[in-house]
Amino acid sequence: MKRFSWFNATSLTLGFAFLYMPMVILVIYSFNSSKLVTVWAGFSTKWYGELLQNDAFLDAAWVTIKVAVTSSTFATVLGTMAAIVLVRAGRFYGRTLFSGMIYAPLVMPEVITGLSLLLLFIGIGLDRGVLTIVLAHTTFSMCYVSVVVSSRLVSFDQSLEEAALDLGCSPFQAFRLVTLPIIAPAVISGWLLAFTLSLDDLVIAAFTAGPSATTLPMKIWSSVRLGVSPEINALSTIMIAIVATGVIAASLISKRSAVRQRAEEQAAERVEA
Amino acid sequence: MRRFFLIAVPYMWLLALFMVPFIIVFKISLSDTALAIPPYTPTLDFAAGWQGFKSFLSELDWENYVFLTEDDLYWKAYISSFKIALTSTILTLLVGYPIAYGMARAPHEWRATLLMLVILPFWTSFLIRVYSWMGILSQEGYLNQFLMSFGLISEPLIILNTNIAVYIGIVYTYLPFMILPIYSALEKMDESLLEAAEDLGCSRFTAFWLVTIPLSKQGIIAGSFLVFIPALGEFVIPSLLGGSKTLMIGKVLWEEFFSNRDWPVASAVAVILLLILVIPIILFQRNEQKQREAEG
Repeated sequence: MKRFSWFNATSLTLGFAFLYMPMVILVIYSFNSSKLVTVWAGFSTKWYGELLQNDAFLDAAWVTIKVAVTSSTFATVLGTMAAIVLVRAGRFYGRTLFSGMIYAPLVMPEVITGLSLLLLFIGIGLDRGVLTIVLAHTTFSMCYVSVVVSSRLVSFDQSLEEAALDLGCSPFQAFRLVTLPIIAPAVISGWLLAFTLSLDDLVIAAFTAGPSATTLPMKIWSSVRLGVSPEINALSTIMIAIVATGVIAASLISKRSAVRQRAEEQAAERVEA
Repeated sequence: MRRFFLIAVPYMWLLALFMVPFIIVFKISLSDTALAIPPYTPTLDFAAGWQGFKSFLSELDWENYVFLTEDDLYWKAYISSFKIALTSTILTLLVGYPIAYGMARAPHEWRATLLMLVILPFWTSFLIRVYSWMGILSQEGYLNQFLMSFGLISEPLIILNTNIAVYIGIVYTYLPFMILPIYSALEKMDESLLEAAEDLGCSRFTAFWLVTIPLSKQGIIAGSFLVFIPALGEFVIPSLLGGSKTLMIGKVLWEEFFSNRDWPVASAVAVILLLILVIPIILFQRNEQKQREAEG
């Protein structure tokens, strides 16, 4: 049985303390009753109450969720198509440019992506608002989706698809009945990634939003520029709680399905033996 | 036909919303600032036909780029972004390596949990993670309260709104990008190599230096680029944690655009930043390629 060495235990403890301490402090002080955020004055949930009565925040949250759901859904469809093209389409005219355009947004500074999209929208005279944010978010998150999905597509056995075609499936049926169920976990995690990226994005949204739409990160931004505020602490705590629940639930589900799969494999081996 | 459709839809989307915008940025970087809507001239007049296009081209020039070299704010901002990104990449490596090492040497049943704990912060809002340091580092913040209550310092340290706060912010937010590639390199390493080195008379430290570090080289390179490239164009961290003296090119671009409303100069700043980024991006791709070849 391997144990933690003294050195490794120390570096892991310090490392994870560094990663988690700021968020733990934020959560604790969101229950501070004092307006002076850094001075503890007793437990209170009043900042959560004020947050729920703040219409500007609620509107911004609603805009953000609408944008995130739409853009991540479009991004998943386009990104999956792009992944299939990258892995399966073979050679075609302009392939290098295509794969370049898939990988470039991953490393592009957000200020440049935001600026260039804004200049495009103004150039073609599109009114800025929810629609332009959705277009912008779809564009950069489809690239993340296609990277996630293509890594799954590479590792899966193409002869399964060929078998389905031999057995009389149309290419679309083969995709729907064979390929899609196999790559489904990657497609789902691609969607989740696109959704989080959209929820999180400040810079690109600020460039492309225009005066008629404000997303939650933009709202948080304009408030935290003035300094630390108890309402933002409360909002952060809610967001951290949602994400932590989601990630832990997802990992439990995938762990359970892994256990079930192993059990099925073992049962199959027993039958064969 | 079906194949054509499959290729054409994402291709067209990326051309229209990724490629074309860059051409527009490049074009506007060659234009002049004007007090109009949109605030630059010339604009392409389609009605004038070929003649209009010719006069449009003749009015474009490299003036904004000349301006960038003359005004020292800009090249100072490029150099200082480079320095800040490089320093924080080295710091992230120094903080991240021991964590990745500890994870790779942890008992097997712990590794999945540790991995999840590293990835979890990545899913929480970037903005909030940066914001959380404002309360810690400010003059009456938690860090100063803590240090003063133990009598370690008598005057509060001034950290927020300095470059040190920017370093802390970058190390903190990009740490998972450094840990993950190093961890995956170290995890694959055969530990009997270390035993062999020790049997042959190496001290533990020499064995680490001569065996472990070279074997994790690709992870170190990948992690460093994954931190350096986004740090170079970073905007949120220098704006929230840095001070008025913190010069970073992402912040300059933002201010040029939103405060000065000088779109042509902002576009020229963007084009140069892109040219600077091309080099590390190509180096990163080459490193990834080498790794794939080594594995396949």
